[in-house]
Amino acid sequence: MLEIEIDGKQAQVPAGSTIMDAAQLLGAYIPHFCYHKKLSIAANCRMCLVQVEKAPKPLPACATPVTNGMKVFTHSELAIKAQKGVMEFLLINHPLDCPICDQGGECQLQDLAVGYGGGASRYQEAKRVVFHKEVGPLISMQEMSRCIHCTRCVRFGQEIAGIMELGMANRNMHSEIQTFVGRSVDSELSGNMIDLCPVGALTSKPFRYSARSWELARRRSISPHDSLGANLTVQVKGNKVMRVLPRENEDVNECWISDKDRFSYEALNSPERLSKPVIRVDGALREVEWNVALDYVSHALKDIAQNHGGEAIAALASPHSTLEELHLLQKLTRALGSGSVDFRPHRRDFSADGKRAGTPWLGMKLSEIKDLDAALVVGSFLRKDHPLFAQRLRQLARKGGKVSLLSVTADDSSINVHARLTVSPAELVLALGGVVKAAARQKGVAVPSGLELVEPCASGKAIAESLLQGEGEKGKRAIFMGNVAEQHPQATQLHALALELAKLTGASVGFVGEAANSVGGYVAKALPTALDGYEMFAQPCKAYLLLGIDPEIDCHNPQQAVAALKQSALVVSLSSFKSGAALDYADVLLPIAPFAETSGTFVNAEGRVQSFNGVVRPLGDSRPGWKVLRVLGNVLALPGFDYDSSEQVRDEILPEGGVFVAGLDNGLDSGLSDLTLAPGAAASGLQRIADVPIHFADPLVRRAPALQQTRDAALPAARMSAATLAQQGVAAGSQVRVKQAQGEALLLAVADETVPAGCVRVAAAHASTAALGDMFGAISVERA
Amino acid sequence: MLTPDSLKRIDREIAKYPADQKQSAVMAALAIAQEELGWLSSEAIEFIAGYLGMPPIAAYEVASFYNMYDLKPVGKYKLTVCTNLPCMLTGGVDAGEYLKKKLGIGYNETTTDGRITLKEGECMGACGDAPVMIVNNRRMCSWMNPEQIDKLLAELE
Repeated sequence: MLEIEIDGKQAQVPAGSTIMDAAQLLGAYIPHFCYHKKLSIAANCRMCLVQVEKAPKPLPACATPVTNGMKVFTHSELAIKAQKGVMEFLLINHPLDCPICDQGGECQLQDLAVGYGGGASRYQEAKRVVFHKEVGPLISMQEMSRCIHCTRCVRFGQEIAGIMELGMANRNMHSEIQTFVGRSVDSELSGNMIDLCPVGALTSKPFRYSARSWELARRRSISPHDSLGANLTVQVKGNKVMRVLPRENEDVNECWISDKDRFSYEALNSPERLSKPVIRVDGALREVEWNVALDYVSHALKDIAQNHGGEAIAALASPHSTLEELHLLQKLTRALGSGSVDFRPHRRDFSADGKRAGTPWLGMKLSEIKDLDAALVVGSFLRKDHPLFAQRLRQLARKGGKVSLLSVTADDSSINVHARLTVSPAELVLALGGVVKAAARQKGVAVPSGLELVEPCASGKAIAESLLQGEGEKGKRAIFMGNVAEQHPQATQLHALALELAKLTGASVGFVGEAANSVGGYVAKALPTALDGYEMFAQPCKAYLLLGIDPEIDCHNPQQAVAALKQSALVVSLSSFKSGAALDYADVLLPIAPFAETSGTFVNAEGRVQSFNGVVRPLGDSRPGWKVLRVLGNVLALPGFDYDSSEQVRDEILPEGGVFVAGLDNGLDSGLSDLTLAPGAAASGLQRIADVPIHFADPLVRRAPALQQTRDAALPAARMSAATLAQQGVAAGSQVRVKQAQGEALLLAVADETVPAGCVRVAAAHASTAALGDMFGAISVERA
Repeated sequence: MLTPDSLKRIDREIAKYPADQKQSAVMAALAIAQEELGWLSSEAIEFIAGYLGMPPIAAYEVASFYNMYDLKPVGKYKLTVCTNLPCMLTGGVDAGEYLKKKLGIGYNETTTDGRITLKEGECMGACGDAPVMIVNNRRMCSWMNPEQIDKLLAELE
């Protein structure tokens, strides 16, 4: 520990700290622009100059290491003179356009200019002009003359997002922040650069000129998208959500959010919002009052329960629903006499249900990821499925942690990976089996039964080696199962193999989870005792209750789902939107409030219970989902539906309270006993690889206009390696007919070497591929 | 994009650095590419970036920072005149003006016959020889008074 005195106050700081660190510890403020606690030190703005005793000149606090007995003066005459001098230089070329600048009111330069700027400028010469840049639909770079060249955005790209898209071109007074030859900024974390920019150079394109920062009320919320549960500050003007910013929570999202979290709010004000209950009368949908709609639903449900038995009713919820909604839906469905309720529409293999030792979860705290020595991610489109979880792994790899990937495509993860194994979906189980076998051999123990015929490859051996390193010591290792591993037709086998690998290596096993409430659904027990989320469409039911889901897009087999819905007698959809196929098959549409308009709870991947309140009133006649289900329970005269608040519902599910839910356990009761892996058993012919693209993954992002213009929201294509293209006799860039089951889709063929041989990557969760069948399995491609 | 010979030279530069720090060779690689292609198009920069496993914008930062990389086509001979302070005080600006008049072009322009491009340069580390200029980034010319300049221009056919 080193002694330091700042402005007469003494502190002890660990060796290696900078003056800035020490000042923050002491609560002394040193003005700065380029310094950011999460980014590397650049020391190029010079705003943090301070006086250090015995130093011949002012020193930058952010880049000066503390030495023992150092005396620092942040507000001495010399320090103030230096800071004012720097400010004068920064303002030389900065335009005086604060009144029309979006950053006005929340601008660090504006704030510090009040403290350190002169009353008038001594600069008489022409100011420099920097041309605007076009970098895509999210970030506006229209006024680059405002840039003070702190390079925070550049360092963010290099260090946090993992891909350097912005850079500083040219030299000295000609320096400009720009992309390479005017390309767009495509990182899924790009919006954070807007927050980082200390001036108004990078601003939010969707938010531009729509409000001033001081007009906005700030309200807390939780992201309804991925399983991380990013903490949000939602900014509201009147009764309208104007923008979404990250709310710092070091244990969850640090100070970042993904673009999906940030820009999906646009869908809240979408013209597709459903604002009144709608029922189908004589084939046409008609707006009605709530009591009419609820009476209609209650009569119809009772009717079906009486005539066909309660089990003829099935309920399917989106995993993006709140804990309260999921709980009430399963309670209502069971009270009607049906056990067919589920919240995992993308899943195919449900054989682990009933064998689970507890609620599946991440297997560790998010904040513990940085302490891992090695991690293996199985079956994940990591960056796009889990932008901020991937960010944590990226930081781990930067610090020397060994991150390995075993997946179905070789997508750029922008993580410096230790080993990477890319196989077709049919070979995924075999490949993981290979890693298990390699681990057993390297450890010198008996190979688990069932793996006799598997032969591990070089990458598999390298993965096993990294997981075994430091085994038995206090080193930590983890295996994370991604979305593909959960959606896979042999998900339980993958799960069992991961557990086996964990047993051998001492690593933890975790599920990253698809959606905001992927853990919460298990906690709410929205789980089937009869038909699961796949079977309920494979064996058509009489009536369907849908909660916050577009089955024609969100299901493992959308074609089958739509067919089942069309033949059923009753489809009640609780939805925030009126669009898509629901207008064809739904008999009743009940408008429910999305996350910003309802109170509720999300349980994130690490089991953290995060409750939130509505930040604005529900649009039109829409109502919070939990209220709709509660009243529906009352109208149906079911017992136990007398709640006054969503908190009451939550307390019924989680009576013990607490920050984390209890009973988290990824164990399986039966192990590998029934598993025999044999190479060569892989399916012949072409196989489908289906990703759920980041900006189509839930009903909200699908309808957010700015996100829909990004590269990540490009139309799905049939992506194949050049060799596979040639084998199928189709040319890259041509239209192809993709066939699966009874369905087909016309798509563009694209050459993509990240796709393994014999596979076609065709995205799920998009209207253009909704006519196709299962997310995995045989698929054919022919010239259109 | 580059001949095997140039690639071999780049590989030689890469070999000077640890295997995971290939991008340290970016300056040399860009120079080799420019030598072969005459100038650095964005395609050339992207090729070099890809060859060294770095983002194209990072290579562009380097190419646009240093004066001796040409991001636009230049004439057969590129004449760079130093106009930094020591040269300026010893006739560097006059030498530049003389060249402009003689060639009928301004800085960053090329003669219509595509023979000579005139550029303003940064310190070449020979202030005692001022005014100095450099031909095609290689040939240093010292004490460039009008007579010397005429002699040089006569040489550059």
